[in-house]
Amino acid sequence: MKKPRVVVLRTAGTNCDCETQYAFERADAEAERIHVNRIVEKPSLLDGFQCMVIPGGFSYGDDLGAGRILANELVHSLRESLARFLEDGKLILGVCNGFQVLVKARLLPNIPDAGSDGKQWRSAEPQATLAFNDSNRFEDRWVYLKAASDKCVFVKRGEDMYLPIAHAEGRFVCRDEAAFKHLVENDQVVFRYVGPDGKPAGYPWNPNGSTDAIAGVCDPTGRVFGLMPHPERHVEPTQHPRWTRDGLAPEGEGLRVFKNAVAYLRGNF
Amino acid sequence: MFYRIEVWPKPGQPDIVARDVLSDARHLGMTGLQEASYATVYILEGRLAPEQLGRICVELFCDPVVENFAAAVLTPNGRKPVRGLPGMFPGPDKPGGSVHVVEVSRKPGVMDPVQASALKGLSDIKINSVRSVKTARKYVLNGELSKSDATFIATRLLGNATIEDCHVDVAEVPYDIRIGKYAFRIQKVPVRKADDAELLRISKTGQLSLNLEEMRTVRAFFAKARRDPTDLELEILAQTWSEHCVHKTLRGQIEFNGRPIDNLLASTIAAATRRLNKPWCVSVFEDNAGVIRFDENFDICFKVETHNHPSAIEPYGGANTGIGGVIRDPLGTGLGAKPIMNTDIFCFGNPEMPLDKTPRGALHPRRVMKGVVAGVRDYGNRMGIPTTNGAVFFDDRYTGNPLVYCGNIGLIPRDKTRKEPHAGDLVLVIGGRTGRDGIHGATFSSVELTHQSEVTSGSAVQIGNAITEKKMVDTILKARDEGLYTCITDCGAGGLSSAVGEMGERLGAECDIEKVPLKYEGLAYWEIWISEAQERMVLAVPPANAERILKVFTDENVDATFIGRFTGDGRLALRYKGRVVCDLPMDFVHNGLPRLKREARWTPPVFADPLLESIAAGKSSKSPVGKAKGDYGDDLRAILSSPNVCSKEWIIRQYDHEVQGGSVLKPLVGIDNDGPGDASICAPVPGSTRGFIISCGLNPKYGDIDPYHSAASAIDEAIRNLIAVGGSLDQVALLDNFCWGNTNKPEQLGSLVLAAQACYDYAVVFGTPFISGKDSLNNEFNTGKEVIAIPPTLLISAIGIMPNVKMAVSMDAKTPGDLIYIVGMTYPELGGSHYYYTRGLTGMTVPRVRGFQARDIFAAMSVATSSALVRACHDCSEGGLAVAIAESCFAGGVGAEIDLRKVPFNDEGQAGWRRDDVLLFSESNSRFVVEVAPDKAEDFEKAMGEVPSARIGRLTVDNRLRVIGLKGGAVVEENLADLKEAWQRTLKW
Repeated sequence: MKKPRVVVLRTAGTNCDCETQYAFERADAEAERIHVNRIVEKPSLLDGFQCMVIPGGFSYGDDLGAGRILANELVHSLRESLARFLEDGKLILGVCNGFQVLVKARLLPNIPDAGSDGKQWRSAEPQATLAFNDSNRFEDRWVYLKAASDKCVFVKRGEDMYLPIAHAEGRFVCRDEAAFKHLVENDQVVFRYVGPDGKPAGYPWNPNGSTDAIAGVCDPTGRVFGLMPHPERHVEPTQHPRWTRDGLAPEGEGLRVFKNAVAYLRGNF
Repeated sequence: MFYRIEVWPKPGQPDIVARDVLSDARHLGMTGLQEASYATVYILEGRLAPEQLGRICVELFCDPVVENFAAAVLTPNGRKPVRGLPGMFPGPDKPGGSVHVVEVSRKPGVMDPVQASALKGLSDIKINSVRSVKTARKYVLNGELSKSDATFIATRLLGNATIEDCHVDVAEVPYDIRIGKYAFRIQKVPVRKADDAELLRISKTGQLSLNLEEMRTVRAFFAKARRDPTDLELEILAQTWSEHCVHKTLRGQIEFNGRPIDNLLASTIAAATRRLNKPWCVSVFEDNAGVIRFDENFDICFKVETHNHPSAIEPYGGANTGIGGVIRDPLGTGLGAKPIMNTDIFCFGNPEMPLDKTPRGALHPRRVMKGVVAGVRDYGNRMGIPTTNGAVFFDDRYTGNPLVYCGNIGLIPRDKTRKEPHAGDLVLVIGGRTGRDGIHGATFSSVELTHQSEVTSGSAVQIGNAITEKKMVDTILKARDEGLYTCITDCGAGGLSSAVGEMGERLGAECDIEKVPLKYEGLAYWEIWISEAQERMVLAVPPANAERILKVFTDENVDATFIGRFTGDGRLALRYKGRVVCDLPMDFVHNGLPRLKREARWTPPVFADPLLESIAAGKSSKSPVGKAKGDYGDDLRAILSSPNVCSKEWIIRQYDHEVQGGSVLKPLVGIDNDGPGDASICAPVPGSTRGFIISCGLNPKYGDIDPYHSAASAIDEAIRNLIAVGGSLDQVALLDNFCWGNTNKPEQLGSLVLAAQACYDYAVVFGTPFISGKDSLNNEFNTGKEVIAIPPTLLISAIGIMPNVKMAVSMDAKTPGDLIYIVGMTYPELGGSHYYYTRGLTGMTVPRVRGFQARDIFAAMSVATSSALVRACHDCSEGGLAVAIAESCFAGGVGAEIDLRKVPFNDEGQAGWRRDDVLLFSESNSRFVVEVAPDKAEDFEKAMGEVPSARIGRLTVDNRLRVIGLKGGAVVEENLADLKEAWQRTLKW
């Protein structure tokens, strides 16, 4: 059986591309790292892939706000090919900086207008953003995540995870109350930060002050998913911060995200 | 046309920058400041339609979900609103009274990384009429503040006069600044006719840092050549001969207490490596980093550098470029290693120092520390390199001269560790453009800092741009794997002069300086050649690969320019616009330096040591250190809170320590992920369990008493940290980084000689070769009234290969009921200890290392860890046994009861030493606190064999630490939560 093909998009400042590629390979996909310049030169390169992932890092230094410039580049230089990618039912994943890119490119949360089926990528007003952490600093820490959406291809309800975050701009904020309400009602909130007991909790459990402790969201189709925590940093059991106490699990919890994606692609392509 | 845009948080959104300013101001006692708000300023130069400006604001600069913006055209008659855009800027129309506006802008020529990214964003939205983008920071301050108060806050807290201008209450800050054009003229320096006084004047005014004998050598050379040197030729000699580049003190001749030493480095550090002759040492002391074998496919490079003087003047930029610079070392080793891990070790003044006690011309330690941490954070994180190991040490003598050690580890394919340029290869410079930043860095780092350094040495500060370097790394590795070049090195201290000079040492090189791409006009030819602008590397490229290699770089927007070729004629020939500006034989450049002769002396100092004195006199009960007391809980908490021992979580969490996915043992461990790990373990090849351990050791407090034992202790500490996490002595390599005061002073050099001798002795005993090192020898600060030398500070970094990372052991206590052992012998060694330090004492009984005993302990411990007999292990260091057991317990959330009567103790013939406080707090080396499951106890004891070890207690279910003293009663009985709180509160910023 042919392996699903995943493109790991990289650019100046991308830095989680290798481990993201490895995570997809561990999940039995074929993953290739490609510089955005090559895709802008030849957008048809995307046709050979069923999933695109924008990995973590500091694209273009995050100099004008995290993910801003790469988002801008996607919107202006790859608009049509990305729209087609989505219409073909393919998957897009954004992790950390990739999530910031997807949000700033308005691919997320992409709440549909009244009357629209939400399958198109519309670039109207931004509906949400990822602002500076409430702590005003970059933080690396592990977080408990509660998965409570039935919509997302990458994470099923109940697939709670323990993953690391490492970011300075991860405070999820909606444009307004209506956007937030829609997001929740439309089942687009995939991950929420919780305390060790699985209940809502403040800092440091919600590490950045996100609205409603939102850690990851998907689009209305469930096929575009972005999250601040790093599933690719927990695919091996030795990556767990307490494996020397609790013993080695068969595999890291984050691997589930990649396996779910691969299973979906196998069933649909 | 200039446009001004300001962006600030919307109402209801937190103004986090202002919040930090308020908190920092309060911390420094600036209580007049009551309110603050912040805005980012963008200044655009170009021609824009109002509609375009609007798009720029909402699509690039402002995040409309959480931010507001305003925009205006700047005209000679003031700001003019732009049609359709908000024009109300935050802050008062007319500052003054109690409201002040501070705008901090970059000085002309100082790199602004935002510009390149902004221009890229503009071109993506098809706006190409913007020529430049500058950024500034605007603060509106409110409170009981005069303008001079606001100026004080601006210069002390908000901006740095070295690289920035702080404008207070200026109606319109000018940004229309042009850097003058450069008028080319060859400058000759008349050295042939100069007498000695004139030679010294030339050296001083030119910031050459050459001494009289060196200047005389220069004069003799040019007299023979029958011409005077150009300014560039002098600069090249000064750079190549600088202490920073050639280590002339340690490679020179030293007379130590009457005994001659020829080349201290070769006869101690390198001699140990030669003698050990390990087959796994791939490349030592010859390339930009040391290289050892890793597995069948890869070798590992490790280098640690210091960036002290730049960090003293501009902490953020200094540390930023310190980490940026050391990353280029493994990258410039062999044909280029992939950087996979960073380390950082800092020494600062006490961050709680009152502002008015800070010496004139020195920045406050808290500001230095915040700036340095932010500098390492922003660069390391952006590079996507985990920063996983480090240490921080505080002593007020570091206030004017902080130490910033940055290390980098790289992974390199085994067939890429050798490089050699060939005659005919082209000289390719890649990466960042050249500006005036970092002129005289090499010579500057070799002189003492003064209270005027901030003013005179501003140009020595470099500003980094991590993304430029990241792009460069990505593309270099690609070009390396395609085999497109024969040699590579970094532009570090001395810039192109050093890089081309070193690479062409045997061949000679010719270059056309005007081909070097510049950030801006106005640089003289000599400035271009010695500029230390960051993020540049030089490659030797066979002409046949020229076209392909340019494509590899330009494909990912990396600047790459051929500037000359390696000739084979042994000369360094440089032209500027066709005219010769340098023509020197490489042999003179590299070998013309006269050898230094220095005198070294060491007279052991005498410090008060009341305990030693009273015990020697047989009157222990009258010890002024404190009578043997009934309870040492207060002492334990005081040591846990002392800045050197306390939690460094505030720093560690700001570093990404997990990117690249290799982290196996993280810097923070334990049940709440916040205990102090002994060392870091990384498995760098995905899917493989082979890894390496990184650890470090330094203890300047011992060095005050005895530099030899201090160095031995640093080596022991680095190695025992590595053993504690499950390492072994089988394949451990060391790095030395000496930071000393002015070694022209015989006492300073004498203490360094002793430290270097300890390095030889213990490297040989442990079988751990040195593979790389660096020294920084003029770490003194002149306040104008007195010269403050740093304590002699030797950092030892260790790297050990771990065949199976799944055997790692963490320091956190794990299971109630498990047995606690101490391994190693405790001696009465409180000199330089934290027990003394918290009483304001230094003392004399410095910890020593019994080398052969230590080696046997380490070997026994590795047998135990590799046989899975050890559940937890923590080394005893600052604060001794008491701190080690306390840390292990609160990291694991498990209580313990131990009995001091069972601790193996050697009183060295003086019975009075056997006291509770000595057993608790002695800092004897080579000791571990170990947790062993009851069913493994027999095997563990067998593994320990003859080495000193004893079962001293058990882990308990309650959350208390209870220590039974020599009289049978509890001498420590503390709640773990209280101990942890004491340990965490100091640096909880």
